[in-house]
Amino acid sequence: MSSRNSIISTFRLLEGPQTLGKGPGFWSAFAVVLILACIYPMFADGYDVGNNVYFFNWTFMALGLSLIWGYGGALSFGQTAFFGVAGYAYGVLTINLGDAYGLTFFSLLAAVGISALFAAVLGYFLFFGRISGVFLGIVTLSVTLVLERFMSQTAGPEWAIGSARLNGFNGMGGMPSLTIPWPGGDIVLYPDVTLYYMTLALLVIAYLALRMLVNSRMGNVLVAIRENPQRAEMLGYDIRRYQLGAFVIGSGLAGLSGVLYTAWGNYITPSSMGMSAAALPVVWVAVGGRSDLTTTLFGTLLVLAGFQYLTIYGSQYALVMMGFLLVVTILLAPSGIFITVGSLFSKGLRRRLARERA
Amino acid sequence: MDFLSGLFSFIYQTGDAFAFLVLSACGLAVIFGMMGIINLAHGEFILCGAYVSASAARMGLPLPFAILLGAVVAGLVGMLLERAIIRHLYNRPLDSIVVTWGISMIATQGTLIILGSTMPGTGTPFGSFAVGAYSYSIYRLVLMAAAVATLAVLWLIFTRTRFGILARATIQVPHIAEALGVNTPMIYSLTFGLGAALAGLAGGLYAPTMTLVPTMGAAFVVEAFVTVVVGGADIFLGTAPAAAILAVVKAGLTSWQGQLAGQIGLLVAVIIVIRILPRGLTGFILRERA
Repeated sequence: MSSRNSIISTFRLLEGPQTLGKGPGFWSAFAVVLILACIYPMFADGYDVGNNVYFFNWTFMALGLSLIWGYGGALSFGQTAFFGVAGYAYGVLTINLGDAYGLTFFSLLAAVGISALFAAVLGYFLFFGRISGVFLGIVTLSVTLVLERFMSQTAGPEWAIGSARLNGFNGMGGMPSLTIPWPGGDIVLYPDVTLYYMTLALLVIAYLALRMLVNSRMGNVLVAIRENPQRAEMLGYDIRRYQLGAFVIGSGLAGLSGVLYTAWGNYITPSSMGMSAAALPVVWVAVGGRSDLTTTLFGTLLVLAGFQYLTIYGSQYALVMMGFLLVVTILLAPSGIFITVGSLFSKGLRRRLARERA
Repeated sequence: MDFLSGLFSFIYQTGDAFAFLVLSACGLAVIFGMMGIINLAHGEFILCGAYVSASAARMGLPLPFAILLGAVVAGLVGMLLERAIIRHLYNRPLDSIVVTWGISMIATQGTLIILGSTMPGTGTPFGSFAVGAYSYSIYRLVLMAAAVATLAVLWLIFTRTRFGILARATIQVPHIAEALGVNTPMIYSLTFGLGAALAGLAGGLYAPTMTLVPTMGAAFVVEAFVTVVVGGADIFLGTAPAAAILAVVKAGLTSWQGQLAGQIGLLVAVIIVIRILPRGLTGFILRERA
């Protein structure tokens, strides 16, 4: 009986003070969007479906950054470090282990674990050193830039782990895609409909789990820390542990993005950890509205689609536009476009906006 | 003789690393120490200084003037940006950092679009001299002298000039300074311009030694970041000693394992240092004195 109650109270956390959207209206809209996302592959060609998987791949990193930055108030500018570490780890593991017996999924879990472990070690020094917001940003950014430079010089044959050559600046390729062991022939998840459904399922799980997390005790404490660290500490919370926890979870999600991206394109390069790569997640999350998971998710998909459109039709101007978008968003709509535009129509959002501006 | 030339080589490398750290970090440190903002477009001001001074030098302007011109142009661009964008965000320091990143993206990619993927530079002047088995560039000695001179001039500016005194007053208690008639927006603008000019100076000074590409700023920022993180808010009590200590670490690791090991070692050293000294050397030194 009590276990059933605890399950119900866990699911109650799907809506709460830290997430926008509640009640039948929101969940009906959620169901409609989910159904549309599920039937979408029937109306689109294979290329577009694979391309959507590419968009989905990045949203995990964005949701993680929303947790760390939007909810926890800690500026982490180096999420791409965990993306890259996990991507390379997946490559090294799968090239050595092969794709039989579901070992690619073992590699996925191991790679995400490695990036989370890396985040835990780095985060221990950062949060337990009690460094302030600004420094956190530039140390994490330095980490990703140094990792980029390190991986760029691993071109020589001496840079190999097992049979996996790191290949320096040109990047590492040739790792197998995710493969489901199946009687009568393994199912290889090429960027196509099956991979689309798997990534979509992962995304829905991550989104709902994060909703429960931020409405739980931990999420509320994180928001309290963002609003006023001293006050949270005086109330008896060890803010270092909560921030470290959020950092590890968020970085694990960045790692998941890295693995999915590497498995999607069978390719990872050092420039995925470089300066402009590191800036993009900040743009996605800031533009959509970092302090909410739903706005972050839609903002990320919107900006990604816009970025790709620009890259196709005016390739070199895409990054300039991203920078411009970031500057304009911070100046005019610091809570993100969705909340700012929505507050024109909704009283609740107006109150929220006023609270955030205060 | 072998030992002496080895010793000289180490001292030379340490001095070189010190000059690089001081010059690349002091612009960042001035802005951070005075305004609490980390300017993520720091590398692009360095880029601006390097490009301006290299073009001026190729047009026939003597190198020292070309370098100063680079610094002045970077400083003016910095003041312009402060007026146009950063001024509106002083009550939101974390947002102001994100904005500077947006500016940095626009500047790097904009440079690539307008000026192309590379720019012809000027050769390194002055030739070289030899001690023992190795030869050393004379220009690197000039850079070391420039680093020391920059610190000296900054010290004079902040302790002996009217601007320096007003700036320090503004930083300590902004509203009192304002009440006493200090034009604080002007002070902020000038301070940001000074930081940008120092970045431009670093760019101008190092332009003859590097390949001029739109992403060259990235070669400086990691070193600048870590120096400021270790140093803390005060440029004289923090940045300068931090640069000295990190220079020894970097030179030691570089001569032992190569350039990249120096950089990685620097970052690891910094991450460990902030665990022990969260407010940087500035906090450490000030606590000792208090």
